[in-house]
Amino acid sequence: MHRATRSYRSDLARVRGLGSAKEGAREWWMTRLTSAALVPLTVWFVVSIVGLVGADHAAVVAWLGSPVAAGIMILFIVVTFHHTQSGLKVVIEDYVHVEWLKIGAIVLVTFASIVLALAAIIAVLVIAFGD
Amino acid sequence: MPTQDRPLSPHLQIYQPQLTWTMSISHRLTGIALAVGTLLLVYWLIAAAQGPEAFATAQALVGSWIGRLLLFGWTIALFYHLANGIRHLVWDTGLWLDLPSVYASGRGVLIATALLTIVTWIAGYWFRGGA
Repeated sequence: MHRATRSYRSDLARVRGLGSAKEGAREWWMTRLTSAALVPLTVWFVVSIVGLVGADHAAVVAWLGSPVAAGIMILFIVVTFHHTQSGLKVVIEDYVHVEWLKIGAIVLVTFASIVLALAAIIAVLVIAFGD
Repeated sequence: MPTQDRPLSPHLQIYQPQLTWTMSISHRLTGIALAVGTLLLVYWLIAAAQGPEAFATAQALVGSWIGRLLLFGWTIALFYHLANGIRHLVWDTGLWLDLPSVYASGRGVLIATALLTIVTWIAGYWFRGGA
């Protein structure tokens, strides 16, 4: 069993040979969509936080007590963690080549993003509707 | 799989640092830094939801010298990732892809990052009452 011609293609690549799963466009598009959304949201976030430098608890409660501020904050959280998850996923896919480690890291990043986003949203809702 | 006898392309340390590729990897690195930074945002929101005492602790932590140093780093990362992200969105439309434009927009991103960071921190100290 010898090869007549030397090829640099791996056995796996030769066997698969089918190209991509053809579902990448949506991921690519979602990253762009969240990027575009994060431009105004990030500006709003930075301006809001600068206005809260050194603020006490009452000031923050008053700020997020406004439905507009709480709404934009929740939107900022959702889009931020969506973007974070998709960005970290690409980084992992590019640099982690041990299959189980790659899948494990992507699962971890996805779960962590969802849990953190949920925790932040609940915190905003407690501040907005609590007391 | 006989992947080990494939030819390897030259690795990072062999290349002269250029604005193009250093800014590209910086986009990823700032993205990863900002992903870590979301942990502070979630902690800060949860502390605010818990009440005045927990929030005072969070504010003291953020206001400490190490807290400010981290925030300063995250401010740079945020504005860099924002400005360079807009540069990427422009590229996605097919514009600014020639080399002179790539260098010009790259310098523009660096200048914008510096200016926005400085303005934000001056504004932050201003709102705090010039402390």
